[in-house]
Amino acid sequence: MPSAFDQTLEVARRSFLRSLRQPAAVIPSLVFPLFLLAVNAGGLDAATDIPGFPTDSYLTFILAFPFIQGAIFALLNMGTDVATDIEGGLMSRLALTPIPGGALMAGMLGGALAVGLVQAIVYLTVGLAAGANFAAGIWGVPVLLLLSLSISFSFGCVGTFSALRVGNSEAMQSLFPVFFVFLFFSSASLPRDLLGAGWFKTVATLNPVSYLIEGIRSLFVTGWDPEALALAFGFAALISVVFLTAASSALRTRLVRG
Amino acid sequence: MNRPGPRRFAEVALAVAWRSVHNYLTTPSLLLPTLVFPLFFFAAFAGGLSRIDQAPGFDYANGYTAFEFAFVLLQSAAFGGVFTGFGIARDFESGFGRRLMLAAPNRMALIVGYLLSALVRASVVGAMLFGIALLSGMQVSSDAFELGGLILLALMMNLAAGLWAAGVALRFRTIQAGPLMQTPVFLILFLAPVYVPQALLVSWIHTVSEYNPVTPVVEAARTLIAGGWEQTGEAYVAAAAMIVVFGVWAVRSMRSAEAAGG
Repeated sequence: MPSAFDQTLEVARRSFLRSLRQPAAVIPSLVFPLFLLAVNAGGLDAATDIPGFPTDSYLTFILAFPFIQGAIFALLNMGTDVATDIEGGLMSRLALTPIPGGALMAGMLGGALAVGLVQAIVYLTVGLAAGANFAAGIWGVPVLLLLSLSISFSFGCVGTFSALRVGNSEAMQSLFPVFFVFLFFSSASLPRDLLGAGWFKTVATLNPVSYLIEGIRSLFVTGWDPEALALAFGFAALISVVFLTAASSALRTRLVRG
Repeated sequence: MNRPGPRRFAEVALAVAWRSVHNYLTTPSLLLPTLVFPLFFFAAFAGGLSRIDQAPGFDYANGYTAFEFAFVLLQSAAFGGVFTGFGIARDFESGFGRRLMLAAPNRMALIVGYLLSALVRASVVGAMLFGIALLSGMQVSSDAFELGGLILLALMMNLAAGLWAAGVALRFRTIQAGPLMQTPVFLILFLAPVYVPQALLVSWIHTVSEYNPVTPVVEAARTLIAGGWEQTGEAYVAAAAMIVVFGVWAVRSMRSAEAAGG
């Protein structure tokens, strides 16, 4: 019997290849964030003239946005794939095999990580080519990729949990606006201390996505900001732990149910 | 009894409109997204970005809430038309459209009926949005005529987007054409001055927005809320032109659906 590692690798390979074979799902997840990046960079450039704005390039400031938006798309695509497996009966057949639940989960998340890595490299390359600054320098690149992978992993856990709970690809797709609320009600478009309405600032401060964005942004705008990076990695880890635990429990239930 | 002529046309159009409106108002999965999405955008833009009005050159007198309300009103009206296109595609995919075509001596009555329901959708969402914007402190300087002009502009956007989406729905007759209905509408809206006046846009988006027919519509809506009519004529001409172009598109698509037997 193949080892748990081999099984994990096989599930991850399937998950990644499956994503690549669905250009209709993957291409929008790359192109749409880049389109909004271009629109926001030109449309909100005037924000850099607000006193206290941390950089004179809005492109540099907003470049963190596609990283999170791309991770949300990856979350939805991955969740939809898992839900399709449930609907198509694959999960029931897997329940009859000796593959451990942990290997199955790790494999599914491995696919999400691979997609997340591709997205991060594309966004960074396009952003720098368009003229964004990267204050952290060359050593910041591996940190950025590591943080991006941590975020992809944490969002992958959310997607897996959601899919295992709802078990339906249409319902999974309908969660799209729910996840986008977290992105739009964060400090994505302006620094938190420049957010206008008081209630919005409170919501953005309570929203963990703000800290993920601020961690990525710090590498572009500030350079090395230990507090922003620690908060970003910390929140990514916290989301991962909470939703991995929940997803493991949901997977056990799903496999028992067959 | 089959009575051809304008009266029969009106009966068919009203029946299709009634069915579509009834489905919309009684199906939460259809109603809620159309209500929640505009509120979400309004809260995110007007709430989160309001300090943008401190940028040098931002000279809109009625404040950022009114500035963004104008855009979100037009956006929700346009998407009311797009969501109606989804309904047309669903009807034709399920075979109901074929039965509708058998019952309608003049199939253009079906398009008119769906468009009437799109107008109702836009009116419901617009009224809710307007109420919430006023409660949140939006400054409105318009008189009744200027408000009427604003509502007319929103309904014209609704018709233009509805005709575009109806054309796509009748051409492809499957809900899988949904992205083709909504993505171009989304793109053209966001290539207009969404967050700041056009003069403050920079780079390529400034150039694109100059040629975007939605730009004068968005700017006119903002002018009307601020209580003026200056340079709004161009907006009505642009909106009317979109209605004519997409109207031809929808009629040709209906001919294509007829040729294919629904």
